[in-house]
Amino acid sequence: MLEVKNLNIEFHDHDAPEHIVRNINMTLKYGEILGIVGESGSGKSMTAMAIAGLLRRHDVTTSGEIIFDKKELLSAKRSELRKIQGNDIGVIFQEPMTSLNPTKRIGWQVEESLKIHKPEIGKAERYRLVIESLKNVELDNPELIYKKYPHELSGGMRQRVMIAAAMICAPKLLIADEPTTALDVTIQLQIVKLLQRLNREQKTSILFISHDLSLVKSICGRILVMHDGEKVEEGAADEIFNNPGQEYTRELINAIPKLEKPKL
Amino acid sequence: MQIGKKYSKKKHSANLIIGLVITSTMLFLIILGFFYTPYDPTKMDSSAKLAAPSLSHLMGCDNFGRDIFSRVLKGMGNTFIIAFATVVIGVVSGIIIGAVTGYFGGWLDEVVMRINDVVFAFPSILLALVFISLFGTGKYNVVLALGIAFVPSFARIVRGEFIKYREMDYVKSARLAGVPHMRIIFVHILPNTMTVLLSSIMIGFNNAVLAEAGMSYLGIGVQPPDASLGSMLSEAQGYLFSAPNYAVFTGLMIILLVLGFSLLADGLKN
Ligand SMILES: Nc1ncnc2c1ncn2[C@@H]1O[C@H](COP(=O)(O)OP(=O)(O)O)[C@@H](O)[C@H]1O
Ligand SMILES: [Mg+2]
Repeated sequence: MLEVKNLNIEFHDHDAPEHIVRNINMTLKYGEILGIVGESGSGKSMTAMAIAGLLRRHDVTTSGEIIFDKKELLSAKRSELRKIQGNDIGVIFQEPMTSLNPTKRIGWQVEESLKIHKPEIGKAERYRLVIESLKNVELDNPELIYKKYPHELSGGMRQRVMIAAAMICAPKLLIADEPTTALDVTIQLQIVKLLQRLNREQKTSILFISHDLSLVKSICGRILVMHDGEKVEEGAADEIFNNPGQEYTRELINAIPKLEKPKL
Repeated sequence: MQIGKKYSKKKHSANLIIGLVITSTMLFLIILGFFYTPYDPTKMDSSAKLAAPSLSHLMGCDNFGRDIFSRVLKGMGNTFIIAFATVVIGVVSGIIIGAVTGYFGGWLDEVVMRINDVVFAFPSILLALVFISLFGTGKYNVVLALGIAFVPSFARIVRGEFIKYREMDYVKSARLAGVPHMRIIFVHILPNTMTVLLSSIMIGFNNAVLAEAGMSYLGIGVQPPDASLGSMLSEAQGYLFSAPNYAVFTGLMIILLVLGFSLLADGLKN
């Protein structure tokens, strides 16, 4: 469903152009969860933003091809792209604190995509869909949450709201850029389980981005390892974990126990 | 430090309350003046020429025997309308210019902001004077002149806010959801700028009151038979010794109007 060919991203906002992403290739099949791992600054978010169509800026040049559902997105018209954004591709970010608009109620924010992409849906039906979507991300009392403002919710709840907003138009692809990094470990696991369930039940393909290889391994079938804007290796999650082909991947794996073993 | 913080919080809320009281009293008087004045503000009464304040003439009478209180009510109304219209022109254009340049950035932003800087470099009263000398006096021209002179400062404030907000994750989210730019600008971002905008609107309102008073005082603002606080002050100057109450009450009203909004703006900052 998604095929990225020779993606290159360059920034021009400083004197010398910066090559942020080089020759990235990847494919994502229907219903699959693909993981992208790499240390912070390796270009994961930029790759995700390019796929989601947010790098159309005067200080950025992108080249290559991003084929989503047989359409090429990098060269697509803005109006075409906008039809896909939010409707066929949903995105959630790392920071649940800043991903919601502080001046708008939760319900309003969740239903925004519906208003844009399915204006034919009436108010009552829209309300029903929002409530259903909030329920679907395992939030209790969705009617109550509908009326709340972001600051009244915890980080985990907000991230669920973000997922509900991203999923409300039932997109074919969900891009999750470090969706659990800012959360507690227990809540991390709940969110990961939730994403897995959505993937299983709704057949949504997920591009799961994280710097945490063990987390990626627990949710993804296939993993792509990035370093300094380049693909280091790619393969089945177990294979890469048990038999890393590259020194960099080995370092990533070695970094895990050091962080997780409590120092006694 | 803790005490200092508490103290300043208290001060802010005291300012808010005093500002609210003054401003609502003034607004009440202004609205009252639209519907009712004790006397016809233009009616001359030769028997009451330069009458001192009394129960029948609360603020006394001017040299034509016109009731000063009635004239102050009407004049305040005119001043208010002019200041209000000025701020509306300044704010609406400022929001549009600032929002679009701040949100999109790029060369358009560069060009518009350079023009803005040039206009901003001149004091607004000077710009208004140039405008008046080109297009003539009268209250509509005063409104237009001051309104245009106020655009750059509002545009700057709004632009700064939009530059801050356009990078926010929730704005990115909205763009990633396919929300059109104009909807993001006016529905998603603009309400977030309101706290900042509100206090600058009040400060702008004060500047407009003072600028209008200044221009009318110089005789290039509101023309008779219209009266504003500024034109009345200029008139009162002639009778500073025979009827000081005229100048005192008119001046007092200007001060109260400005003071009320200043305190309110200050109180609202928290
Ligand atoms: N506006 C920018 N101008 C120049 N370089 C940038 C800009 N934004 C991000 N970068 C660079 O792009 C690289 C990749 O960033 P990112 O994709 O966010 O990494 P990751 O998500 O893997 O942590 C980083 O080295 C970062 O410094
Ligand atoms: Mg990132």
